[in-house]
Formats: sequence, C-alpha cells, structure tokens
Amino acid sequence: MVGGSSLRSEPNVKTNTKLSVLILFLGPSLIVIFVFFFLPVIAAFTMSFTDFDIYSLGNFDYLRVTGFDNYKKLLNEPLFWTALKNTFYFVLVGGPLSVAASLGTALLLNSKLIKYKSIFRMIYFLPVVTTLVAVSIVWRYFYHPRFGLLNYILSFIGLGPFDWLGDPNLAMPAIIILAVWKNFGYNMIIFIAGLQNIPEDLYEAAGIEGATAWQQFKHITIPLLAPTTLFISVITMIGYFQLFAEPYVMTQGGPLNSTLSIVLYMYQEGFRWWNIGYSTAIAFALFIIILIGTLIQFRLQKESEA
Amino acid sequence: MKKFLIISLAVIVAVMTFTPFLWMLSASFMKSGAANTYPPKIFPDEFDFSHYKTLFTRLNLTRYLINSTVISLGVTALSLLFNSMAGYAFAKFRFKKKKSFFKFLLSAMIIPGQVTMLPVFLILKNMGLINTYWAIIVPAMASIFGIFLIRQYAFSIPDSLIEAAKMDSATELQIYFRIILPLCKPILVTLGLFTFMGTWNDFLWPLIVMTDMNMYTLPVALANLMSEHVQDTELMMAGSVITILPVLVVFLALQKYYIKGIMMGSVKE
Repeated sequence: MVGGSSLRSEPNVKTNTKLSVLILFLGPSLIVIFVFFFLPVIAAFTMSFTDFDIYSLGNFDYLRVTGFDNYKKLLNEPLFWTALKNTFYFVLVGGPLSVAASLGTALLLNSKLIKYKSIFRMIYFLPVVTTLVAVSIVWRYFYHPRFGLLNYILSFIGLGPFDWLGDPNLAMPAIIILAVWKNFGYNMIIFIAGLQNIPEDLYEAAGIEGATAWQQFKHITIPLLAPTTLFISVITMIGYFQLFAEPYVMTQGGPLNSTLSIVLYMYQEGFRWWNIGYSTAIAFALFIIILIGTLIQFRLQKESEA
Repeated sequence: MKKFLIISLAVIVAVMTFTPFLWMLSASFMKSGAANTYPPKIFPDEFDFSHYKTLFTRLNLTRYLINSTVISLGVTALSLLFNSMAGYAFAKFRFKKKKSFFKFLLSAMIIPGQVTMLPVFLILKNMGLINTYWAIIVPAMASIFGIFLIRQYAFSIPDSLIEAAKMDSATELQIYFRIILPLCKPILVTLGLFTFMGTWNDFLWPLIVMTDMNMYTLPVALANLMSEHVQDTELMMAGSVITILPVLVVFLALQKYYIKGIMMGSVKE
C-alpha cells in the first residue's frame, strides 16, 4: 500500500481543489447564507422602495413601486424620531456605562489582592449567559413601585419610592440599568485578557519613578488598552442599537413611548401591521446608523492615536 | 486597608449581580401573593412547589421545553456540520479568489440581522415552514461568524497530515470526518456552546415565526404567559427559573470553552 502510492507520487505543484469537492464542502453553507442572508438583504432593499403591505401580501398586483416614499414618510413620522431618540439615549448612556462597568470589574478581578478570582468571575458572568426575556421579567418585578426589592433597598438611603417602569423619565434609565447588569460580564472577560497583555515591568518602572496608581492607570493602562476598548465599544454599540426584548417585555415601548426602540418600532410596523415596505425602510435606516456609528468610532480612535 | 476596600468592592458587585437570581429562585417557591408584600421577603416562609406544578400541568411548559430543546439542538448540530465543512474549505482548499471572497463574506457581517427578517419570513412562508421547527433551524444552519471561527482554528492543522492521508488514498470526506473533525474538537465545542445558548435565549426570531402557541419556545411562551399572569409573581419567577436553568447548567459544565470563545471572537483578522 505504502510502496504503491509512492510509485505514483503526485506532482509537487499546488493544484486547485476539484470543483466537485468545493461544491460538497462549501455548497450547503453558501446556499443557506445566500438564500437566507444575501438574497433577503437585496429583497429588503428593493421592498423598501415599494408600498408592500398586507394587501400585496395576498395579491402581488397591488404592489407598487413608490420610490423614496417610505424613507420620506419615515423622516416625517414623529414616532420614528421618538424611537431614534430613545435608541440613541440607550446607546449613548448605556453603552459607555456598560464599557465602564466592564473595565472597572476587569481591573478589580485583575488585582493581585483578590483571592478566589474564578468564583467572582463566574458570578459576574452569570447574567450574560442567562435568557434575556427571563431576566427582563425578573427585573420587571424588581422594579415594582410598591413591592420591588430595588425601591426597598433604596429606601434605606432615603431615596424613592420610584415608579421605575411607569415614569417616562425613569423607564429608559431602568432599562439601561438592566442592560448594564446583563452585559458587563462579557466585555469584562475581554478587558481582563487585554490587561494581562500589558507588560508588568511598565508598572514597576512607573512605580519606581513615583507615579501614583491613577497616573499609571491614565498613562499606561488606558493607552495600551485602546485597541481592546475600541473593539468593545464597537460591538457594544452595534448590539445596543438593536435594543428590543427589554422594552418588549418590561414596558411594551411605554410609558408614553419613552422606551420605544427602533427595532421595536420596526417589529410593530412589519409584523403587527404588515407595513412591509415601510418596515424594511426602518431596518435600512438602522443599518445606516450602525454603519455611521462604527465609522465614527474608528475615526475617533485614529485621531486619538495621531 | 486597600486590600479590604478592593475585596469589599468585589463582594458588593457580586451581591448586586447575584441578588436578582437569588430573589427569582426564592420567590418561585413562595406561596401565591407572598412575593407581593412590603417589606419584600428575601426568603420564602415555607416552600411551595405548586407554581412549578401548575406550569408543567396546566400551562403546557413541557411542550415549550421540548420545542426549545429540539430547536436548539437541531440548530447546533446542523450548523456545526455546515460551518465546519466550509471553515475547513476556506482554510485548506485552494481555489481562485478564495481570500477576497472570504473578505467579502466577513464585511457583510456589518449588516444587522433585522434587515433580513421580513424577506426571510416571506421566504419561509412560501416554503410552508412557518410554525415548524425548520423556520428557526434552516436560516441558522450556516453563519459567517461560525465559518470564520472554524477557519481560524483549521489553519493550525498541518498540511502534512492531510497530504499523508491523500497518499493513503483517503477521500476528501474521509479526511474531513476522520482527521479534521477530531482535531477541531475544542473549537467545535466552543462554537456549539455559543450556538446552543444563542438559540435557546433568542427571542425576536421565534416570536416572529412561531405564531401557533404549540410551537412557542420557552422565552416566547414566558413573554406570552406574562400578559395573562402578570399578577402571579411567584408563577412567573418559576417560569423564569425553568427557562434559565438549562443554559446555566450547560454553561457551568463547559465554562472554559465559552470563555475561550469570547477571546477568539474578539481577535481581529
């Protein structure tokens, strides 16, 4: 067997893989990705220029191309602006708070003074792996104005009682608190790895030269963590722009639409009222916003490096 | 002093993180109405298992548990197969435009999933798959991120192993199943874990494609239960426990792989 194969030893040139093999290995996944991702993206883009709605769903003859009408309607729709404003509130306040909480806990767990790190890490991480809908329900009761544990705890320091989910000014902060609690553990893990990559002797040298802990943090930790922080900020922002389950479960977008997010608005328009063309326009608006946000963050990073 | 401060801070964060879980668990054992008292109770006066019983008998939770399990396992198994085949191909096969094609796939990941939801729904509706397990399984059978993870890992497999197998006239499928898959086991566990938990926890997509109550997954069933039983705090907490418990167990068993996966996902090209 071995001798036989060595006789007809293959030429040593790098040949391309046979087409049939390529089709066998790449075919299944590429077909799925094409049919359920690329094709729908193109279809959604096309549909956003039509008046596709519940009538055209039954009979395609009713479908008309309406150009930019959906996008114009979007820009003139106060509810969209409300959703946009709420989502930005969530991203711009909740995002930095989440990243700060992740960094803070990463620093905490990276400290040499703490024992049983793996236990702390596991506890901090628990909210990340749990079901968002389930914990949103738990927090809904947690926020209960009369019987909620949170108001009870706050009463000891003389605060409250707050109607967390019933007050338009507090509902979004309440959702932000939940989101920070739910998500900080994930980025904490990435920050811990980033911190461990910073050479120890940098701190030692700085310590010898009399730099305070704060100075070390500001001039060593922050700059050397910058790539990690950028990565974390981008994925956090992208995720937070897609806010949906928390308001769906806890407030249904209320009170007074104060927690209506872009995705919740898209869901209502598309899957409740079947304004399909209009709903895809909302989805593309979301995409463009995320794209711009990502580009801005990369630009900011470049500028701070220059 | 500094040590004391840091440790107490770590403990406070741990307590804040853990309290909602603790309260959820303990409220699920309270008698009806006992969770709605002032001051709030942290522990039940006496243990009452009736809410769990109600969920599994009157409220059909067994069915939702089965739905969630079958769907999550189905997505995990099929996507591992499809993604690993493609990931291996992108790492080891030679064909024209391989690199630029893969880059194109990666760049498409910036498009948020919400964009595709309506067309995918319409496609599945035309295929008659709405309100079947396939409505969740089929679109999730392959993912660019999954292919990416496997590809990164498969690069580390030495070409000589594959060449040697070819010398022994092994077919491509034999090489894949007997050499590549066993070597990729760590990444397969990681990706499988992410996929299983992601599918189990997902809410928006099952909410869209499962309109028949019998087909609900646990999160959708729970959100639906909430609309009728919002006053039954203890019952809702028991439902939350049941929903969270399976993923929690899976996570605790395979923690190491999950943490590794986070790191791999955060490594830039």
